[in-house]
Amino acid sequence: MIEVLFFFEVVLAGLLAGTMYSLVALGFVLIYKASSTFNFAQGAMVFFAVLSFVGFMELGIPFAIAFAMTVILMIAVGYTTERLVLQPLRNESEDTLLMATIGLAFVLQGLAQAVWGVEVRRLDLGVGDFPIAWIADNLGLFVSALDVMAGVVAASLIVILALMFKYTKMGLGLRAVADDPGAAASIGIPLKNIMLLVWSAAGFVALVAGMMWGARAGVQFALVDLALKALPVLIIGGFSSIPGAIVGGLIIGVVEKVLEVYIGPVFGGGIEGWAPFVLAIFFLLWRPEGLFGEKIIRRV
Amino acid sequence: MTTKSTLTKRGRSDITNFVVMMTIGFVAVPLIIPNGYWYSSILIPWLCLALAAIGQQIVMGYAGQLALGAAGFMAAGAFACFNIELRMPWMPFGGALILSGLIAAAFGVLFGLPSLRVRGIYLMVATLASQFFIIWMIDKFGWFKNYDTSGIITAQDIVIFGRAFTTPLEMYLVVLVVVTVLTILAVNMTRGSVGRNWMAVRDMDIAAESMGISLLRTKLQAFAISAFYCGVAGALFAFTYLKSLEPVAFDIKLSFQILFMVILGGLGTISGAFIGAAFILLFPVVLNTLGNAWFHGMIDATVISAIEQVVFGALIILFLIYEPLGMAKLWENVRQRMRPRTAPKPEVPQQQVT
Amino acid sequence: MTQARNFPIGAPVLEVKNISLRFGGVKAITDTSFSVLKHEIRSIIGPNGAGKSSLLNCINGIYKPQEGKIAFKGRVLDQISPNIVARMGISRTFQNLALFKRMSVIDNILVGRRLHMSANFMEVAFQLPKARAEERANRARCEEIVEFLEITDIRDTPVGKLPYGLQKKVELGRALATEADILLLDEPMAGMNVEEKREMCRFILKVNDELGTTMVLIEHDMGVVMDISDNVVVLDYGKVIADGPPDIVRSNQDVIDAYLGVAHD
Repeated sequence: MIEVLFFFEVVLAGLLAGTMYSLVALGFVLIYKASSTFNFAQGAMVFFAVLSFVGFMELGIPFAIAFAMTVILMIAVGYTTERLVLQPLRNESEDTLLMATIGLAFVLQGLAQAVWGVEVRRLDLGVGDFPIAWIADNLGLFVSALDVMAGVVAASLIVILALMFKYTKMGLGLRAVADDPGAAASIGIPLKNIMLLVWSAAGFVALVAGMMWGARAGVQFALVDLALKALPVLIIGGFSSIPGAIVGGLIIGVVEKVLEVYIGPVFGGGIEGWAPFVLAIFFLLWRPEGLFGEKIIRRV
Repeated sequence: MTTKSTLTKRGRSDITNFVVMMTIGFVAVPLIIPNGYWYSSILIPWLCLALAAIGQQIVMGYAGQLALGAAGFMAAGAFACFNIELRMPWMPFGGALILSGLIAAAFGVLFGLPSLRVRGIYLMVATLASQFFIIWMIDKFGWFKNYDTSGIITAQDIVIFGRAFTTPLEMYLVVLVVVTVLTILAVNMTRGSVGRNWMAVRDMDIAAESMGISLLRTKLQAFAISAFYCGVAGALFAFTYLKSLEPVAFDIKLSFQILFMVILGGLGTISGAFIGAAFILLFPVVLNTLGNAWFHGMIDATVISAIEQVVFGALIILFLIYEPLGMAKLWENVRQRMRPRTAPKPEVPQQQVT
Repeated sequence: MTQARNFPIGAPVLEVKNISLRFGGVKAITDTSFSVLKHEIRSIIGPNGAGKSSLLNCINGIYKPQEGKIAFKGRVLDQISPNIVARMGISRTFQNLALFKRMSVIDNILVGRRLHMSANFMEVAFQLPKARAEERANRARCEEIVEFLEITDIRDTPVGKLPYGLQKKVELGRALATEADILLLDEPMAGMNVEEKREMCRFILKVNDELGTTMVLIEHDMGVVMDISDNVVVLDYGKVIADGPPDIVRSNQDVIDAYLGVAHD
């Protein structure tokens, strides 16, 4: 019985950790949906956002204002990226754009560290990484309160964004722009505003994701590597799907945890470093567009 | 311009370049540079990384496959060489290098398989698997490190024909010979039918197929040869520069550096590999020196390292926007300007940079 | 064409039998059949979206039709990838150009010689005599094609920098370099002016006359079609509505209704 209980704990922990991955992946999906760009710098944006946030607070700025300032900062980052990086390269190949976002990633992570330094910071969101007493006592399960909060936040964000995309005028405009910027512009959709909106949303999501990660693991450079894991999430879920980001994140989170706990000890650990990527390879061979993504068609 | 004169002209300038470079490399440098530091800290790592960058050029610059795992293959080659030297001490160093390259090549083919179905970022993610898996494998399976518990594995001495090559100058010469040979082979391949097939797959794979090129064979060949170069580079890197074998030296950060080398150096050129490697290697040194000179050591090393990242990232973006052919093209432009002016041509056909 | 041909038109060499191609719910080609005779110049015409390019893509293996069979030199092409089809002797050009943009003109054409070059990567790497001789011989052959197409002065230019008309010529050169038995030309004259078209026609006829290459071309210019074709296939909505010599097809009522149009008084 303890075995089963333990397994549930592991799966639950995996699911909750997975929502964190989903949060990072969400930023990717937003940008991809609106501009068909793979923003490799999303992970760096997460790092940049939360580091700036924590940095602002260290300067004595209160939580809420620091939050607002960071959001504005991320909007500025998004705007600058759009104007200076993506606009000049809009006629280039997908691969060139991807490489440019890799460059962007390094600019952001370097900038953040140059300005705020490299020490690891603590981030206290008021909820500790301790087992919820109520659940531990009544169900015998150890579930971290912080994990649960992160899960709730992630789920809410995802639901809100998904609804926005589907049902609001803005969402429709975004999808039109993603499909065919020229056509969208020709029917009066304000491209600049849409792009600004998307990057702001992605920046906001990056900040929230960074805060969750930071509260859990400390605000440090390792976040960027962790964010790389969002890539397998996207492959499994599909780059263009918000629900896909959730499902992909959950799958990766669970598989990672389960493998690590049950098979890890045999090898001395570390499986979670590569397992998501190998899993992604299998998905690529079976279903490259992901579970919920759009089929990639090439016209001859 | 007829065929004959073009070929001879290129052939002539090739031979001149080659002779000049060989003289500089094998004669001038050893004579002029006595200090071991220059060899061990600059020339040797430059040559090793340039070799790895050639590998990256082959798979990415020529064959157009977005692969991000060069360091993983370097690690495979390094540890393969270590184990070969350890368990087959009768094997000459040259043979060990070749075998190490082949082992890395095998990994290259395995992890290159996804390229048959996907491309772009999808492929990049798949290749990341090779980076993380290979390092993990080497780390966790004690056999590769000969069950060493100290954590520091010293590379064996390089012994060729009974003579040990242990001083910086000696190791430099070994590396120079290997890199020279492999570079010549790479230039031959990229200028010949092999390179054309790669570039055809890169530029328009459906058309390439329609001309009879097998995508499967061409892509896997690119991955294999690329990994071979990275493997040999890794073995040299470990044996002549690091002089030790640690998986952590071949982490993803190194893969990114090699990626940057080929992008900044110039995608699709062999010279770009060398130029890019020189830049990535030397820029931090320059930055550090400047930082210390201007700010008298008040700036933290970590800040300097952070600024490095910003500069590299910014340069990548700038080059992609303004000069996609990289520093190799800039260098080519400089050389054109310095050439004695001949009668102006009505329309100068732009030659491909090699 | 009243004078005797160097290569008289022979038996069917490419047979398309009951081909149907669907993309999801859209039927691109429905139950299409026709034969291409050896050494002939066959045009495929029809309104846009009639399935002409798709048909070519089926022949050279880029699309796999759900139904029907294509036979080349008696051998059925079943689920074969384009490179094997090329190996069997079919080459082509593309409607929207599919050149290797970053390579020079001569290198693009050299890729067309792929099937005539068998040196493996080791032989090329070490520049063994076989590789060098092969490279020399094939380069010479490509130079001939470059001269034939009168593009010698741009041989070293990266094709991405060339104007459209010249790019089209290069693509033809690349297809010619394969020395294939059949050339599939997808709108080889699209976007060209009268002189360029005349030149292209001259090239096509010359190749057919001197090398005996069977040509299948998709073309919209009726003047060109009627002038140079031996036989014409007319497609509409993915179906064959006429098949025969130009004069017969031209006066076919269905063809006039669907495509050529009626003269209004």
